[in-house]
Amino acid sequence: MRLRRPPEIRDSEATDERLYLNRRAFMAAFGGVGAALIAGNAGPFSMPRLLDARPGAGRWFSDDDKPTPYEDITHYNNYYEFGTDKSDPAEQAKAFRTRPWKVEVAGEVKRPAQWDLDDLLKSVPVEDRVYRHRCVEAWSMVIPWQGVSLAAIIRKLEPTSMAKFVEFTTMNDPEQMPGLRRPILPWPYVEGLRLDEALHPLALLATGIYGKPLLNQNGAPLRLVVPWKYGFKGGKAIVKIRFSQTIPVTTWNLAAPNEYGFYANVNPDVDHPRWSQARERRLGELFKRKTLPFNGYADQVASLYSGMDLKANF
Amino acid sequence: MASGSRSPLTAIRSLLFLAGLGPALWLGWAALTSHLGPDPVHTIQAVTGLSTLVILFVTLAVTPVRRLWHWNAIIRLRRMIGLFAFFYATLHMLSYVVFDQSLSLSLIIEDSAKHPRVFAGLASFLLLVPLALTSTDKMIRRLGRRWGRLHQLVYVATAFGVFHYLWVVKWDIREPVLFALVFLALLAFRVRPRRTGDIRRRVSEPSETPAPVTATEPSLRPES
Repeated sequence: MRLRRPPEIRDSEATDERLYLNRRAFMAAFGGVGAALIAGNAGPFSMPRLLDARPGAGRWFSDDDKPTPYEDITHYNNYYEFGTDKSDPAEQAKAFRTRPWKVEVAGEVKRPAQWDLDDLLKSVPVEDRVYRHRCVEAWSMVIPWQGVSLAAIIRKLEPTSMAKFVEFTTMNDPEQMPGLRRPILPWPYVEGLRLDEALHPLALLATGIYGKPLLNQNGAPLRLVVPWKYGFKGGKAIVKIRFSQTIPVTTWNLAAPNEYGFYANVNPDVDHPRWSQARERRLGELFKRKTLPFNGYADQVASLYSGMDLKANF
Repeated sequence: MASGSRSPLTAIRSLLFLAGLGPALWLGWAALTSHLGPDPVHTIQAVTGLSTLVILFVTLAVTPVRRLWHWNAIIRLRRMIGLFAFFYATLHMLSYVVFDQSLSLSLIIEDSAKHPRVFAGLASFLLLVPLALTSTDKMIRRLGRRWGRLHQLVYVATAFGVFHYLWVVKWDIREPVLFALVFLALLAFRVRPRRTGDIRRRVSEPSETPAPVTATEPSLRPES
């Protein structure tokens, strides 16, 4: 299966991390409120962009999709199993054990089995994918992932013709994950996709970021990435993949059905009941930018939903 | 705790002033040294929002402290504390207007019409504006008894602030619930003495004023 069009952010645009570190050093040396505030944005020469500022334009700095610095990607995480503050996962997940790692494959599949993760990933090529990541909380990042195509894994697992949905269950070990000791969400964290969504070439099972193995706070060792959906669809530390005929019961949808739908496609026209989804703050930028339908991947994925009422199926 | 001693009060006032500046100084330091985190605007909004609510609670705690400890002079500190709350509320609101809505009035109106949490936040701020404007000695004298009634708006403003915080938080509402409980406790204190009959102090007109302390405040202020 090939992409009809390449993802809008080409892998070649991913800036080497060393450049980011140099840039940060430059920022630190430069000092000053302005420099500090635009740290993480478009680079040391972006100061003149301040002059382009147009109120209401929604984009005061850059309209490019520069990858977010590694430091920010790895220290600004929603991963309630390790605490509800954005800084908790980086702190609390340090000792999380990601090998050996079993992935149970169950449901409507030819051979239900316990896979060793390394066996599951064997012979499936690791790819670079630079994706926009839009959180339902109206902030966003650009993340240079490495991972395997979810479609390739699904083909390897050979679901039966009865399979209509894929459900991803994530690690539920209160010993290692302090957040699980409180019933803040119905544990374990479960996410799911329609099978045709899961087979879309943009869907990824991530194993790395910036060319390094995925850190625990980012969902190591295996994490779902569905770039046209809100970030919470991307289950972390996946331990079970189940194919089913019926729609999976997903965690956030179960916890607050009026706030978080099963589809959770990024949609600037459908607000969260408590806040607007029309705009988002890209980490590193001061001013909010417009949110794009399907997070900017409409050309690739909108056809999956043709004829559907996206307001009702939010 | 005699009300006459001025010098300890001056020392406390200086300490309170420094404490009130604390969050703003931290934000300034963090901005200059890249310590505002991956989402600087969110950090600014969290610090200024929490500071506003905490300081509003401190202003509401003045009356309980004054009654329980028979420390009347503390009332002279309340204006400064209240103005600090307004200071952080202003920074909080400005960060929303500038960074979140790019100074667009239509976006702000739409956002506050659609989303109660935005409405509550703006309402809380707008209610604090007249309180800040009438905080001068001149206005206190000019408004007389009406000053006390006007300043009871602080309860409404704080209530809006507490709801704003409850609605802003995505899921883990432990902190906003704690804030709501503190607010309720501060309110309960004001109800309790009237029910049980306050024997510790003279209550001049209990039937007339829902919050006697607020109403009698102007006369307790320094006349300078």
